[in-house]
Amino acid sequence: MAKKAPKKTVKEPQICIVTVTGKDKVGIIARLSVAMAKNNINIVDVNQKIMENYFVMTMACDMAEATVAINEISEKLSRIGKEMDLQITFQHENIFKAMHRV
Amino acid sequence: MRISVEEVFETVQMTMDQHFDVRTVTLGINLKDCMDRNLNQFCKRIEHRIVTMGQKLNAAADAMEQKYGVPVINRRISVTPVSLLLEPLPRTVATAVKVAKTLDRAATRANIDFIGGFGGYVQKGLTASDENLMNALPQALSQTQRVCSFFNLGSTLAGLNMTAVERFGHILKDLAVKSKTGIGCAKVAVFANVPGDNPFMAGAHHGIGEPDHSLNIGISGPGVVKVVVEKNPDCDLTELSEIIKRTVFKITRAGELIGREVADMMSVEFGIVDISLAATPAAGDSVAEIIEAMGVDRMGVPGTTAALALLIDAVKKGGAMASGRVGGLSGTFIPVSEDAGMIRAVKEGALNLEKLEALTSVCSVGMDMFAIPGSTPPDVISAIIADELAIGIANNKTTSVRVIPVPGKRAGQSVHFGGLLGTAPIMAVTKNASLGFINRKGRMPAPLKALRN
Repeated sequence: MAKKAPKKTVKEPQICIVTVTGKDKVGIIARLSVAMAKNNINIVDVNQKIMENYFVMTMACDMAEATVAINEISEKLSRIGKEMDLQITFQHENIFKAMHRV
Repeated sequence: MRISVEEVFETVQMTMDQHFDVRTVTLGINLKDCMDRNLNQFCKRIEHRIVTMGQKLNAAADAMEQKYGVPVINRRISVTPVSLLLEPLPRTVATAVKVAKTLDRAATRANIDFIGGFGGYVQKGLTASDENLMNALPQALSQTQRVCSFFNLGSTLAGLNMTAVERFGHILKDLAVKSKTGIGCAKVAVFANVPGDNPFMAGAHHGIGEPDHSLNIGISGPGVVKVVVEKNPDCDLTELSEIIKRTVFKITRAGELIGREVADMMSVEFGIVDISLAATPAAGDSVAEIIEAMGVDRMGVPGTTAALALLIDAVKKGGAMASGRVGGLSGTFIPVSEDAGMIRAVKEGALNLEKLEALTSVCSVGMDMFAIPGSTPPDVISAIIADELAIGIANNKTTSVRVIPVPGKRAGQSVHFGGLLGTAPIMAVTKNASLGFINRKGRMPAPLKALRN
């Protein structure tokens, strides 16, 4: 994971969650990490589990210093999803906080 | 604590597999300051205002869709009741029709699918302007595509305006004949105790006590609720109510988050979240199917009213915990043509008009989107409206009627409206009802419960 940016340029973290569902295979994290790095998006956490016969991976990443907007990275990820036959969604963390935290 | 994989997956499944979406973001716009004695000036001002705000609304809704991955299906506009805006203008049908066409054009230019508010409050009596607008409805709604109309014909505090109820029987018949398959009638709803902040069409309008702008949001989660009910086939009803509450809490919170951010982006006031479960014709997105998943054999058979009462009570409790801004209709929507389970229930004979009316006494907000034979006399339509609105008035709740007398169709046939409006089986209705009662007109006095002070 990348080092923290120098203090003077620190922006409020903008945490987004990438969710990958489908069949587990080699190279998922590699592909995603490359896409994130190219756009200066910092990966802060990765988790995965098998649930209801789905392979589910979540990746929390920080968009604060990103060089692209949410819709652009979202489109790139969907393209990767299509190529790898996976369902990939990209959502701001606040929606999960609103729904799952009182 | 960071969100767990399970929690993320639950949310993602709701949008991916269970039809969870924001059904509508509706921007209420005050147009009172556009009023003028000059019709052209008035039309120019309202068109400019609606187009500008409508475009902003679409841009903000698109941005939220991207940010949160929750589809925002409809973007709509509601305006100050038009009968009020027409007061200074000549009382001619042509004036009202021109205003309707202006609203229609503005909505088209702003890429807004429906614009509401072409109506008025007439529970106690009709002004000349109200009467003019009512007379113009058949022409105005058959010559426009996106304009929706509401009329509040009764309230607990004022009673029921039976003169207007009698007129509406004729207006709806006339409108049905003027529009293809009677679809014009899908764009008009008559109410008792109408709320001024309802985001759902056809009844949406920007009420009289509202600020300049108000962003109201309607969520849609029948599919989500159905799945949790199905996943718990054996629990008792107390527990089932808890499960539904927890689920509705989550979807309401998502709705409120999106509503607030859209309002912030547009620099307008956030109004309310309407927690009504709004069905769509899509498979699995049905309120009737929730009732059936609860253990009722078919929507409409004995047990339905109790099950529906339990469902919406749980929805309200979960929703009220999730948001301090719950408002609008926040009841059960069971539009016949827009809910696959309702259509099936009518076709199989499990659900009839009488049961549909009974359901509105507990929680449903109206007899919505049901079709009857085109040959139904106007006084029978008026009598259906009077019965339904009397339930609302006596029970201090909102009730409404959106009925389509389909020209040339008989009971048992069906009519396809397309899109969200769905397919309506024609329901049987008597040819003779209460002609003498309806023709008396006048105003049914307010019930005793209106004297609350």
